[in-house]
Amino acid sequence: MKRLDRESRHRVALTLNGREANGWAEPRMLLSDFLRHELGATGTHVGCEHGVCGACTVRLDGAPVRACLTLAVQADGRRVDTVEGLASNGELNDLQKAFRRHHALQCGFCTAGILMSLDAWLESNPAPDEGEVRALLSGHLCRCTGYTGIVAAALDAAEARRREDGP
Amino acid sequence: MKPALFDYLRPDDEEEVLEALAEAGDDARLLAGGQTLMPMLNMRLVEPAVLIDISRLPGRAEIEDNGNFIEVGETVTQASLESWPTLAERTPLLAQALPLLGHVQTRSRGTVCGSIAFADPSAELPLCLATLGGEVVLRSRSGTRTLPAAEFQTGMLSTACREDEMVAAVRFPTAEPGAGYAFTEFARRHGDFAVVAIAAIARANGIRIGVGGVAEQPVVRDWPLLAGSALDDALNALAWSLDAADDVHASARYRRELVRRLGKQTVAAALEARL
Repeated sequence: MKRLDRESRHRVALTLNGREANGWAEPRMLLSDFLRHELGATGTHVGCEHGVCGACTVRLDGAPVRACLTLAVQADGRRVDTVEGLASNGELNDLQKAFRRHHALQCGFCTAGILMSLDAWLESNPAPDEGEVRALLSGHLCRCTGYTGIVAAALDAAEARRREDGP
Repeated sequence: MKPALFDYLRPDDEEEVLEALAEAGDDARLLAGGQTLMPMLNMRLVEPAVLIDISRLPGRAEIEDNGNFIEVGETVTQASLESWPTLAERTPLLAQALPLLGHVQTRSRGTVCGSIAFADPSAELPLCLATLGGEVVLRSRSGTRTLPAAEFQTGMLSTACREDEMVAAVRFPTAEPGAGYAFTEFARRHGDFAVVAIAAIARANGIRIGVGGVAEQPVVRDWPLLAGSALDDALNALAWSLDAADDVHASARYRRELVRRLGKQTVAAALEARL
């Protein structure tokens, strides 16, 4: 049985966006704080810290999860993907480009979480309709856009991916 | 908004979990999916001295079809039950209820047993379990016992689970031949806790209805095959019997109206779904 003392800081090593990363965490440290304060990955934003707003959504072993409802020590030895991993060589990925095209963000605070949710969800739901995208977005709060641009960007990116994968 | 200090234990098997529970007693909390416990820790509504992480307990993430019921192990997430290939055929009520439970991003971690153990009066899974007449398997160092849903949940957020026990599995009865199942709820936003949730089973000779979100725990009634004004009267009597209260989400009167209207829709949907 693994036992981690409450007052001590413990080594947490994980794979962040494909690279080995490690830092120190008390048992009570949230994954959201570990990513930002220990690993300097500040792309993941922290909103409500009780799982409602969705801003801190990251992928843990591929699944979209709330980083604020996950302990850093629980992510030890696992794969974590954050918004920093979406672009490659300084170029935004297709989903990010669709967000820009459709004005799917304004202040951008909620955007990282929404991108990570969609990134995971579109893999298993390649042909969503508007209602399904809106149901997925119910797990995120955006106070700027009214969601219209986000829905359009998600549908656009999904369609473009289908065309690419098609015959 | 950060948890208070706690020691973190990650047992390698169930035996170690039960040992740690027996040792720590009510100073300990089990961490499974954490989708309810973590917010409570963050808000310091609970400050356990010891957190026992069972989320990666080996061999306990299994869904077994035992013919009369499906048994869901303690670390099975709501998402994995939702995507279980024969869910819609074996337990149609769960197939309808699970998409309404939280969000994709919380079902990925939240567990089925955790939701049952937490016993929120508005939660979908305890309502399904109560309406289907399922069972809860409790385990401690002194042994295993199985309780019917109605004996397990004793009130709002309270259950018959002892401090040294864990919810080891939940058993949902499988679909009866010829019966129809329906689940509906009203929430302010998709994924929020239900203001009122209704589960209904229509059989050849009667209707069973379960109501969540109003009383302190799910309330289940068995009726003959009522229709028309007899069904309206029964729903009205049921709505009044729940002692609805006003709160920030809805007035008592509004809740009673929801029980009457959603009740009627859900019973109709269950009758429609009969084979």
